[in-house]
Amino acid sequence: MINLLLFPIIIPFLFAIVLLFFKERIMLQRGLAVVGLLAALAASLFLVHTVKQDGVQTITLGSWPAPFGITMVSDMFSALLVTTTIVITLLVVIYSFTSIGEAREHYFYYSAILFMITGVNGAFTTGDIFNMFVFFEVLLIASYVLIVLGGEKRQLRESIKYILINVVSSALFVITVAYLYSVVGTLNMADISVKITQVGQPGIITVIAVLMLIVFGIKGSIFPLYFWLPGSYAAPPIPVLALFGALLTKVGVYAIMRTYTLFFVHHTDFTHGLLMILAILTIIAGCIGALAYFDLKQIVIYNIVIAVGVILFGAAQMNESGLSGAVFYLIHDMLIKGALFFLIGIIIYVTGTSDLRKMGGLMKTHASLGWFYLIAAFGLAGIPPLSGFIGKLLIVEGAFQADHIWGSIIILASSLVVLLSVIRIFIYAFWGEPQALPATASQPYKKMMVPTVLLIVLSVLYGIGTEWLVPYMTDASNVLLQPSIYIDAVLKE
Amino acid sequence: MRTNDVILQTTTKVVFFIIFLFAIHIFFAGHYTPGGGFVGGLLTTGALVLLLLAFDLKTVQKALPFNFVIVIGIGLLLALGTAAGSIFFNVPFFTHAFDDFTLPLFGETALHTAMLFDAGVYLVVVGSAMTIIQSIGGDA
Repeated sequence: MINLLLFPIIIPFLFAIVLLFFKERIMLQRGLAVVGLLAALAASLFLVHTVKQDGVQTITLGSWPAPFGITMVSDMFSALLVTTTIVITLLVVIYSFTSIGEAREHYFYYSAILFMITGVNGAFTTGDIFNMFVFFEVLLIASYVLIVLGGEKRQLRESIKYILINVVSSALFVITVAYLYSVVGTLNMADISVKITQVGQPGIITVIAVLMLIVFGIKGSIFPLYFWLPGSYAAPPIPVLALFGALLTKVGVYAIMRTYTLFFVHHTDFTHGLLMILAILTIIAGCIGALAYFDLKQIVIYNIVIAVGVILFGAAQMNESGLSGAVFYLIHDMLIKGALFFLIGIIIYVTGTSDLRKMGGLMKTHASLGWFYLIAAFGLAGIPPLSGFIGKLLIVEGAFQADHIWGSIIILASSLVVLLSVIRIFIYAFWGEPQALPATASQPYKKMMVPTVLLIVLSVLYGIGTEWLVPYMTDASNVLLQPSIYIDAVLKE
Repeated sequence: MRTNDVILQTTTKVVFFIIFLFAIHIFFAGHYTPGGGFVGGLLTTGALVLLLLAFDLKTVQKALPFNFVIVIGIGLLLALGTAAGSIFFNVPFFTHAFDDFTLPLFGETALHTAMLFDAGVYLVVVGSAMTIIQSIGGDA
């Protein structure tokens, strides 16, 4: 089973292809999508187990020797992200059954989701910087389909922006990779790390580090490159928004964390200092946005920006607490953002509006929705024992160890702003005078609650089960801390 | 206004087959010399576009009653299937197999599983290019 680490990529790909043949048969499409994702989930859980038992898994495609062929690498960090991705996608697919509408389902909606997961998992797994570009393209092209599907006026306008931004950043990505290749003469990520160590990271490599930060910063929406995100993400329907918000920016964050722990580790004063300053600015910008809007979608979208800042701030510390905090917080954020988008999707469905000022009194009619929303909101803000707490605690601990006192104070203050921004939704939507609700069937409401509750329960378990997860997280942050583990796994023999 | 396109239509009927055969030639040449599934697919699409220009969308759809989305699907399955075949032999994904065979009519021939993969690429290219052209051209 040396191909095991490829299964979470191949299985969604296979099912995406098979779905192309059944355009008109919606029930079959739904069934096949769920079956495919369950199979991929089983494979990825087995992969996590294998990585825990036997260490980093690698394979070089086409039996070529390691620095020449395309290597795929699954360490604990990427295996955990792959598993989280598949879990969230599975729940998004189930949530879509009642909320996306048959018109979209007829036009390869599930196929596009599975193609996107192929790209996301591939980007998490690949050990070759050019191949990472290819997987970025796979996920981007599928995301173009998802963002434009439905063809509403707003979607068309926003998808033009989205495509333009991504085409530019992809072009910059290729240029950066070419730049890097012309300096180190290799594309294999482990080999690049070795070569950079040999030449001792001269100035030109630092330039490339900043270029990479720009490229991945556009995808991962850091300050000041997040400008496209609030508009574009608000255009597609809620399940697509949940998928984008939970997964796509995280691919950019993953790429920054990977390159900044594997390649550019010799002049951390400059590179990681820059990363930290940008992370703090990202948090501040996100906080301002999250408080400024009365639109449900915008508030949660700006919370994505804040979370990206927090994770990257942790990663910039380059010590054990900071990195394991970043890993903890990254997975927490994927789960909780998915759950929050599901919840506001239900609120929008029930009230028929996304404007907070037109809502009120939902607690009287939809009490369970209110309580679950409250749990998710507390989890997002990081109130112990919920899932956001441990990640933030470790990140702040790491920052204190690295003597970045101001940064950690801003992180802590941002938690309060996050709490305020989501509690505002709670106060406006659930308290106050009940507003007249449009007539909606209760059946879709119940069906949408199922994946939502599952995801919230999962995030609560993630918080409560921290102790049990620590060995996995330690493995994940060890690979980031000690690039030699990663390099030895790829370039052994 | 009726346009007189007798010359274009008559030439196209001949030229289409020349381009198509050349595309097949390029496709098979691809293993050791320049060529392959991608460029072969593009040439084939070029031939089909020439047909579309000389006649019209409906005539071509009647002559070639394929759903090109299905063609993409078949191509992808073929490519993925070839690459994934290596899983059953427990060798790294994408590992190919090849050998020389003596075939009737062809004589000594090198057969390579990469050809199957390339056939998949060919179908994907033809399928997606034609889907794009048909959906853009169909709106007018």
